[in-house]
Amino acid sequence: MKNKGLTKVDLIFETVDVRKVIKKAFEMTSDEIIQQVLESGLKGRGGAGFPTGLKWKYTAAEKDPEKYIVCNADEGEPGTFKDREILDKVAPKVYAGMAIAGKAMGAKKGFIYLRGEYRFLLPQLYVELHKFHKMIAEIGYDFSIEYRMGSGAYICGEESALFESIEGRRGEPRNKPPYPTTSGLFSKPTSINNVETLVTAMMIIEKGPLEYVKLGTKDSRGSKVFSISGDTPLPGIFELELGMTVQQFVNEFGDGDAKAVQVGGASGFCVPRKKFADTIIGFEGVPTGGSMKLFNSSRSMYNVLHNYLDFFAEESCGQCTPCRVGCQQLLKGIEKVKKGEAKSTYLNELIKLADTMKVASKCGLGQSVGNAFKSIVENFREEVIY
Amino acid sequence: MVTLKINEHEVKVAEGTTVLAAAKTLGINIPTLCNHPDLCVAGNCRVCVVEQKGARTLVASCVTPVSQGMEIQTNSLKVRNARKHIVELLLSEHRADCTKCYKNQNCELQTLANEYSFGEHIFFDLTEDHNYVIDRSSPAFIKDDSKCIRCQRCVRTCAQLQYVSAIAVSHKGSEMKISSFHDRPMSHVVCTNCGQCVNRCPTGALTEKTYIDQVWDAIYDTDKHVVVQTAPAVRIALGEDLGYDPGERVTGKLVTALRQLGFDSVLDTDFTADLTIIEEGTELLTRLKKVLVEGDKTLALPMFTSCSPGWIKFIEHKYPHMLPNLSTCKSPQQMFGALAKTFYADKRKLDPANVVSVSIMPCTAKKYEADRPEMRSSGYKDIDFVLTTRELAVMIKQAGLDFRTLEESHYDSVMGVSTGAGVIFGATGGVMEAALRTAYEIVTGRPVPFKNLNIMPVRGMEGVKEATIKIEGTREEWKFLEGAELKVAIAHGLVNANKIAKAVSQGKAQYHFIEIMACPGGCLGGGGQPIPTSTEIRQKRMEAIYVEDMNMDLRKSHDNPEVTAIYQEFLEKPNGHKAHELLHTHYTERESY
Repeated sequence: MKNKGLTKVDLIFETVDVRKVIKKAFEMTSDEIIQQVLESGLKGRGGAGFPTGLKWKYTAAEKDPEKYIVCNADEGEPGTFKDREILDKVAPKVYAGMAIAGKAMGAKKGFIYLRGEYRFLLPQLYVELHKFHKMIAEIGYDFSIEYRMGSGAYICGEESALFESIEGRRGEPRNKPPYPTTSGLFSKPTSINNVETLVTAMMIIEKGPLEYVKLGTKDSRGSKVFSISGDTPLPGIFELELGMTVQQFVNEFGDGDAKAVQVGGASGFCVPRKKFADTIIGFEGVPTGGSMKLFNSSRSMYNVLHNYLDFFAEESCGQCTPCRVGCQQLLKGIEKVKKGEAKSTYLNELIKLADTMKVASKCGLGQSVGNAFKSIVENFREEVIY
Repeated sequence: MVTLKINEHEVKVAEGTTVLAAAKTLGINIPTLCNHPDLCVAGNCRVCVVEQKGARTLVASCVTPVSQGMEIQTNSLKVRNARKHIVELLLSEHRADCTKCYKNQNCELQTLANEYSFGEHIFFDLTEDHNYVIDRSSPAFIKDDSKCIRCQRCVRTCAQLQYVSAIAVSHKGSEMKISSFHDRPMSHVVCTNCGQCVNRCPTGALTEKTYIDQVWDAIYDTDKHVVVQTAPAVRIALGEDLGYDPGERVTGKLVTALRQLGFDSVLDTDFTADLTIIEEGTELLTRLKKVLVEGDKTLALPMFTSCSPGWIKFIEHKYPHMLPNLSTCKSPQQMFGALAKTFYADKRKLDPANVVSVSIMPCTAKKYEADRPEMRSSGYKDIDFVLTTRELAVMIKQAGLDFRTLEESHYDSVMGVSTGAGVIFGATGGVMEAALRTAYEIVTGRPVPFKNLNIMPVRGMEGVKEATIKIEGTREEWKFLEGAELKVAIAHGLVNANKIAKAVSQGKAQYHFIEIMACPGGCLGGGGQPIPTSTEIRQKRMEAIYVEDMNMDLRKSHDNPEVTAIYQEFLEKPNGHKAHELLHTHYTERESY
């Protein structure tokens, strides 16, 4: 593990001949494309980490002639801003990734669901999209992409809520099963992938899976784009090989006084200083969709937690009980404890509640509220109480 | 078939069955809140979560389909802990002032609280954090968001069963609520007051607006003569609120109970239902003649029935250009009201100013109807108070009556005699059947050609029904109808009504006469009927209605001697001047949003 340092990688933003990669993919069979992505070990870059090749394989296996590839660009996790950069810098690679996914699964139509706050990117994205459509037509392939805009709701980044939103309804997660690969957008088989995932998949086709698996670890193959913020002298976007420990990360990006790193945003985990050395950033440790927030000793972890809970209490869709009411109770609970209106042991009740939310909520939002809550309360209990 | 294990018991069920339904076949009860047999599944409340072996999280049994080899635990420690938390969470956002609540002891949340949440509450009260305002603007029902647990049954009811969507989800997170268009008061949105949401609300968030105290005041006022009418669908459902099984008829006891409550005269809406048939049947035949023979362009066909006030408000909002297609007949309730303070008051030598007219209805929309400005043709408010079946049950309990031991008795007279045709108004297809029994006989001089007068094609729970009656052997004055095929249609539930209205509006349907009832099953499934409701319960009520019809001595409205008498003594002739003044009405175009 010692050798796995902070190898900077340039895969996502590397300039490639997009046309050539698309042509290469179109000369492959659907199975070959899927096989390469499977062999690369690529897992979804939005945070949940579902194997991309499997998602494509399941969608490809569906008999329905109408299928969709959806690019999830509703980047809303607090502290994440890498998809904005990717779309800004290498949009043609995103489009190419979608076309390749479309070819692999038999989808002729793609949708990009763009975060409402990123509307300012649209004019340039359309210029690039126009060029892309022209190129695809020249190659002689039937595939097109449309943009759909979000309106600022965090929940619309949840895949099924995103479909609801595209379909013109209130963005609320659906019951699963059925999963998107069998019944997704417009109730058709759909593969929904993160912006970065699509670009990575496209680069796997370009370089071949054998090249890709040289990077990363067994559980976390390849590299990842990180959005780094908080108490750091180096805020911004960095593409790093997976497999590093939080300690290695802090050594590079910390300000020398880091007491905690929030890995994976509000829905991720808080890693305290004492666990830096033995926590790996990746699916074997703490996974992240890219958000890395550093906190130094000047920060109150109560305030950090309060901020996250406030965020969730507002951004829950409100549909299911554990999430809608649970978020409010967690927030109210820590406020009461802080004010001395509830005993400090009430935090134990709240931890149990967080456990219930994890197992009983309808979607990933409610299921992950407990991550930040528990990891902050368990590691910074004094700061929360006093 | 799929085999799975629930709590170690093996069970074999059809593919597509939910875990909840599979458990039920084993006699294992899983609690639910947002689930309702009439509605699509939601999976929102999470009360029904169970443990599935190998699954990362608990699963909601109401939405999870069974799969081969699945192993489910419905009562493990993990499940119980989660369920207790969920019930407690719901209680924390619910203003639990149960003793003040109209739904006390008929509240699904209360039942769950009794099972899962006795003792100290774990969580803090959240109702104080919200500025809840109770919406009392509708004359039919009250919306109290502080009691709402966001299960969305009402939302699904309004959209899926009624095609109205007067209420929908708005906002998110802690602010998420069930709201009207632009948060307007319920009196100022497209709402039909049908009360189907009230029937399905598991708590006291949606309740009918009660007038029980006002009715008691009138009864105790010795200067007032309080006359009460009972709708056909009340007698076959009231029992459910008084410990009887669905489908038990309690007509005789109902009459006795009303008398014992202190009403001065206990009369029957069925009488004016019979009168409606004479007026509406005449109107239909006249329209057919004027439009088809004389080419009158001022009258519209097909003609829609007008007994259901939910349907009236629906068409006023959504298809105002078809208002001329509505029969101008008032509903039986309002015909009764107009006559109670004219004909009846005269007959009993009462000052109509001292007559208080109360109706017992299976309906919440009737409360709105009684308040319409047109409904004052007697010179007074024709109907003073409308009580639902449920409110009557409350009064019976308040009075301490032991309903089961009451003697059976008959309605008073006048305006208390009725026929089986009046009774079947309570079921979808009933008005059509009653109208056909009379109209066919007027035109041909012979009874309708169906065994025992039972016109089976217009009966049943199908959403939209169609029938064609061939008219043969007509009397001289109806010669123009000889050999004609009278095409009729029946719809119940506004989602079905909308299908027909849309087809007619687009010129895609060729009917002469259409019966529409706003509620599923007709009035027997009305918004004022006992809770709970389901297809099975409504089916039983329907069977009871037809048994009631078969047991009547008279089965055809035109055979009702009181109806004959009222024309001779008072109304002169069907659709005559006086009848028009008292028994007919007009409609108002309303906003479509």
